[in-house]
Amino acid sequence: MFTETAFIRKKRRNELMAKCFFGFMAAAMVIPLFLIVGHIVIQGWPALSWEFLTENPRSGGAKGGIWAAIVGTIYIVFFSLAISAPIGVLAAVYLNEYARESWFTRVVNLAVINLAGVPSIVHGLFGVAAFVYFANFNDAKKSIIAAALTLAVMTLPVIITSTKEALAAVPRQFREACWNVGATRWQTIWRIVLPNSISGILTGVILQVSRTAGETAPVMLTGVATYKMLDSTGLFLYNPIKDQCMALSMHLYYIATQAINIPKATPYAIATVLIGVVLIVNAAAITFRVYLRSRKKW
Amino acid sequence: MPVKRAARGPLAILGERVIEAAVYLCGISSIVFVFGIFFFVFKEGAPLLAKLNIFEFLTSTQWIPTSSVKPQYGAGALIVGTLSVTILAMVIAVPFGLGAAIFVSEFCTGKVKETLKIVIELLAAIPSVVWGFIGLTVMSPVIIAVFHVPVGVNLFNGALLLALMSVPIMVSIGEDALKAVPDSYREAAVALGATRWQMIYRVLIPAAKNGLLAAVLLGVGRAIGETMAVLMATGHAVNIPHSIFDPVRTLTATIAAELGETSQGSPHYQVLYLIGVLLFSITFVVNLTADMIVKGIKRK
Repeated sequence: MFTETAFIRKKRRNELMAKCFFGFMAAAMVIPLFLIVGHIVIQGWPALSWEFLTENPRSGGAKGGIWAAIVGTIYIVFFSLAISAPIGVLAAVYLNEYARESWFTRVVNLAVINLAGVPSIVHGLFGVAAFVYFANFNDAKKSIIAAALTLAVMTLPVIITSTKEALAAVPRQFREACWNVGATRWQTIWRIVLPNSISGILTGVILQVSRTAGETAPVMLTGVATYKMLDSTGLFLYNPIKDQCMALSMHLYYIATQAINIPKATPYAIATVLIGVVLIVNAAAITFRVYLRSRKKW
Repeated sequence: MPVKRAARGPLAILGERVIEAAVYLCGISSIVFVFGIFFFVFKEGAPLLAKLNIFEFLTSTQWIPTSSVKPQYGAGALIVGTLSVTILAMVIAVPFGLGAAIFVSEFCTGKVKETLKIVIELLAAIPSVVWGFIGLTVMSPVIIAVFHVPVGVNLFNGALLLALMSVPIMVSIGEDALKAVPDSYREAAVALGATRWQMIYRVLIPAAKNGLLAAVLLGVGRAIGETMAVLMATGHAVNIPHSIFDPVRTLTATIAAELGETSQGSPHYQVLYLIGVLLFSITFVVNLTADMIVKGIKRK
């Protein structure tokens, strides 16, 4: 009969200790996150109001709200993803559906990985040299389009990688069945592969919304102004080619480090909005993913 | 009844050709962009190479770019700043990151695992400017109170933030590496009477060591390239640190803070681009190494 000897008890205690030790390692990374986010939201909550979100900043950001920054962020995110999503998806289609195993494909894949590893500030330098000065949209001055293009190059490799994963998840038999009824490669991709992977592709693109919205260093060099006086509110505050805009991320940096006479809660409120955007976007992507996984047909 | 197949007109065939050409062009766009980035960044910095003593640029600690009398461009202190912040961040992040990866991969199942992975994903999604703000307003007073130091924005503060920021990538890549270790290894270890500790130290870590190394390298790449958090939290003083509570300034933060004030083609502008070339090269090598290690494992 099985009895619990001292040896087994020791062993079980040992197991538990191991679990606690590594659990502590994980908790040490996760718990501070909750504490800090909680702290920021609590500090920022009093300043958050409908007016704060929908009014333009006044007096160098000391008064008024953050509407101009919200709209600027929407502009940058919209234009950069409108550029990078189609290119990224098509690039992934090439890599997953057309490219054969060869040294050239290997080089393309290496380029994707390295593009993903380039520091954001170097992307900023590239954006200044290539889009502000060389492409010269706005007389060698910063512009929304330059910032959007810079971020488009930055998000491109991530979209390629996530799309490739989504395409690879479509079973090979789907394609073979389609080829067998006489469809061409592109017809197969357009009618079979893309519709079956669109959910995964969209999840990847949605996740990039939060990343582009939070990016600061590259856009502050290429298209974002620290402060901009605007008379009107509304969605059409800026001309994408000729204007610089405000952005939430840059506004937080400016308010937290350079602006003067700022109410204490204001930077916390901006940080809360930024964190809120990230949480909402990520939650949306995760829900989307879970929902789609539950109704997968294969 | 014979099935009549609709003939494809020349227009449809041409359309398909055009689309496939577009797909091909997009496919090679990453190569174009990687070369484009190097070309443009190098092109802007290159004119200064003729006038600049490279050895002095890399070793001198005199960074006085705006002096009207004799501007000096010694990036030595900035390089030391970047290295010290990165190394300290890794000292903190590597045990915690890999420990968390082991926890997620070996001790968690089902719902707990899913939740933990989602939380770590969120950790990765917090914008760096928010991290910088956290360093400035939350960490800084805590550091002053706990360690009784005069300034809270310093090397330690920046390293702590970078550690938190680079942990998620370590956990996700590290977990992949541990998942790749066959279960038969674990079963063999348990069958021999090994405890969990022994199994982890003697079996799992050696078996997954390349993947774990790649995870660490990707964390290093992330930490070196990080800008806003270190700009806001390290004190931004050109300084060779003597203790972990000294303020420092990094390569990335210098570019972010100074590029806006320079005019195109000035020596100051060019030297910032040279720093960009340096950063690009460092992260290129780090990422390439990590990739080669990961690919090596997959082939095995």
